Amino acid sequence: MNAAAPQPYTTEDGREIGGVLMEMKNITLKFGGVTAIKGISFDIQEGEIRAIIGPNGAGKTSMLNVINGFYHPQEGEIVFRGETRSRMRPYEAAKQGISRTFQNVALFQGMTTLDNIMAGRTLKMHRNFLWQLLRYGPALDEEIEHRRKVEEVIDFLEIEHIRRTPVGQLPYGLQKRVELGRALAAEPSLLLLDEPMAGMNVEEKEDMSRFILDVNEQMGTTIALIEHDMGVVMDLADRVVVLDYGKKIADGPPGEVQSNQDVIDAYLGVPH
Amino acid sequence: MNDKSASRAIESIPALLARNAVKFGDRPAYREKEFGIWQSWTWSEAADEIRALALGYLQLGVAEGDFIAIIGRNRPALYWAMVAAQSVGAVPVPLYQDAVAEEMAYVLDHCGARFVIAEDQEQVDKVLEVHDRAPAIEHIIYLEPRGLRKYDHTHLHPLKDLQEQGRAASQQFAPELERRTGKITFDDTCVMLYTSGTTGRPKGVVLSNRNIIESSKSSVEFDNLTEKEDVLAYLPMAWVGDFIFSIGQAYWAGFCVNCPESNDTMMNDLREIGPTYYFAPPRVFETQLTDVTIRMEDASPLKKRLFNYYMDHARKVGPAILDGKPVGAWDRLKYWLGNIVVYGPLKNVLGFSRVRVGYTAGEAIGPEIFEFYRSLGINLKQLYGQTEATVFITIQPDGEVRADTVGVPAPGVELRIDESGEIYYRSPGVFVEYFKNPESTASTKDAEGWVATGDAGFIEEGTGHLRIIDRAKDVGKMADGRLFAPKYIENKLKFYPNILEAVVFGDGRDMCTAFINIDLAAVGNWAERNNIAYASYQELAGHPQVYSMIQEHVEEVNRSVAQDDMLSGCQVHRFLILHKELDADDGEMTRTRKVRRKVVAEKFADLIAALYDGSTEIYTETEVTYEDGRKGQISATLEIRDAKVVETGPTKEVAAQ
Repeated sequence: MNAAAPQPYTTEDGREIGGVLMEMKNITLKFGGVTAIKGISFDIQEGEIRAIIGPNGAGKTSMLNVINGFYHPQEGEIVFRGETRSRMRPYEAAKQGISRTFQNVALFQGMTTLDNIMAGRTLKMHRNFLWQLLRYGPALDEEIEHRRKVEEVIDFLEIEHIRRTPVGQLPYGLQKRVELGRALAAEPSLLLLDEPMAGMNVEEKEDMSRFILDVNEQMGTTIALIEHDMGVVMDLADRVVVLDYGKKIADGPPGEVQSNQDVIDAYLGVPH
Repeated sequence: MNDKSASRAIESIPALLARNAVKFGDRPAYREKEFGIWQSWTWSEAADEIRALALGYLQLGVAEGDFIAIIGRNRPALYWAMVAAQSVGAVPVPLYQDAVAEEMAYVLDHCGARFVIAEDQEQVDKVLEVHDRAPAIEHIIYLEPRGLRKYDHTHLHPLKDLQEQGRAASQQFAPELERRTGKITFDDTCVMLYTSGTTGRPKGVVLSNRNIIESSKSSVEFDNLTEKEDVLAYLPMAWVGDFIFSIGQAYWAGFCVNCPESNDTMMNDLREIGPTYYFAPPRVFETQLTDVTIRMEDASPLKKRLFNYYMDHARKVGPAILDGKPVGAWDRLKYWLGNIVVYGPLKNVLGFSRVRVGYTAGEAIGPEIFEFYRSLGINLKQLYGQTEATVFITIQPDGEVRADTVGVPAPGVELRIDESGEIYYRSPGVFVEYFKNPESTASTKDAEGWVATGDAGFIEEGTGHLRIIDRAKDVGKMADGRLFAPKYIENKLKFYPNILEAVVFGDGRDMCTAFINIDLAAVGNWAERNNIAYASYQELAGHPQVYSMIQEHVEEVNRSVAQDDMLSGCQVHRFLILHKELDADDGEMTRTRKVRRKVVAEKFADLIAALYDGSTEIYTETEVTYEDGRKGQISATLEIRDAKVVETGPTKEVAAQ
């Protein structure tokens, strides 16, 4: 079940998805004797929400780490925007427009929401450190411009009320939202979300789902997400790839994946 | 008619707008915090925005006499939508934005609105949901495009586009707009406001331009408000108070209306703006005081001592200093010091540093809460009003402010108390009618224009101040003939930061009992400090230590009530803590957060029975409504406790005779 050339398609809610943004070809990733990912191929198309699911230890987070250049696969190649990617470091991936959130919130705990999100704009800043220190003339203009972008993100995620609150004091659900904000501040073309709803209650999940859909719809951002809550995945994702023990066992629209016997055996149990 | 309009007195809000655009052209009319920055519009800019929108309405086909519903939180564009509606001869109908679709359907259908201005996707969804029950709706205009991109846009328009189209078609529609704006008179409808209705269906109160403008004019003069005032618009737009403060008075005096960034940032925005003229229902002052109390509990011992010391002093002399009464030099010096150390910073935190005139109304305010703010030097006053009176019935003049009265009749208002104790009034602000409801109009307003308030009260000998006892229909007699006025006790209970809401029963019974709602913020904080673990509101509410704490409060109230000869019979003998917060979504409260006694009594009949049959606990199941309108069940076993009461033998006998 491999690597037929990805076709443009129409999602269940009628959006046209077309054009490959990223293609993973036969990726194999090993840590010493442990093979985390075995010869996996799949693609991410421009404008879609792509979910990666699978049981614990299936290699989902490893896959995400491969995508954003944190891990380097021993075999296979990654094509991003038509170019085969050489070995790169995460910040280079970030420069190319890939940003992400983490399974365990990785924010600067002592900094405010505003500063955390501002940190997401680091790569967009052109003036050097000394200019920034001076905070005068062009550096000031630039800061104002960045601040405006950050405020747009704050407005988008409805977190005005915690703008000045150090994130360490925020409840978990809001921290997750701030982290999404930081990723969005980089204006990514591909957004990677590692379990964006882990540890959330139903209401927080609903909010987060709403934001993810809005990001995708309004900003046109392509999203790849890992998630355990099957309800969420089925509602959000346009296409789902299922991993098990480092291998791909299914790939397709949510409805199809859900009824796939391999997936049921490996992961879902009885369908619900 | 047009040639007369120049010399004619100003008879409409659009006419005031035209005046302000010339007179105060460069002064700020609106501010709204957006993207972290206060954006502002001068009067001439606001006039331009409103004109563009009005032209847009004309292009969309708004006819004279049409109703335009407005749903959303306080935002400049929504205020413009109202004034633009008036400019084209239509009637704005602001609705409560937190109303569930069900309630909205009734109002939208009742007024037959053809156009709805909705703030965002949430409101648009609600309107679409009830469209089949309010079939007159033709177009929905929205403010926030987020999430609406995929919607069918044949009857859906972004407000900005409408304004653009209006501007583009200015040539074509300008004469029509001028014609319509020019012919508005004092007798035309200015706005229709639905009363929240503690009983039955909401009623549409029709207020004329005369009502609004006369009331605004006299109240602005009463408090010497000028174009330099700043107000924060944060109370529901559907409430008459907001219409008077943010449109009536703002347009008459030409002052600036500031809109917060979101509901959650209200306190922060309040502080940044520092309003000079401020209005809040007692609930807001209670919440703020609760907040201060909680934070002082967490403060360091030194700060706590400073706070307590100076607050004691403020309670002693603060109100007298505010009223300009003679106070000793030493006390003044101490108050001055206190102002530097405590009152000033505290007022700054609360956002009250610049408040020149502050009002509270809507419900009786606990005297202790009222005194707290006045002792800080905040000129907080009470007024008594109704939608049907265009707010003002009585109002407290500077220097005559007391916690237990609501002031003297507002300028132009006549008062009358009938034999049963019910208060009647007559004024230029008296409403025109209830829309499509002549029976209710007739039963509320008599031929001579006297309106029944539904409240019982009396005019104090000597001072001429009005004192409200309670809702006329809530005041009752206990089984032995003693006076029963639940509100009085409830307010005393609610003064405790731990108690959010209380409902007292006792009409026709031999003793009073109470339901208590704990304040989750205050009690939760207390639990945290005392290492009390809880998983839910229900669990915290039922915790034995919480019960003991509330019991102390109840007993304290009993002791205080026992002092009052008239009401000593209303001491609370037994109480329970409710397992859920009383909520407007469940119909237990109005949207303005007044308890609907009858609904509560019916819904929790089993609990009331248990309060009177001597049992010590009761199992109950309650239906709850979630914010999206879905329903669920919660069940709980509630403890019932006895509270100590103070025997007031002699009064009891006298009253019983």
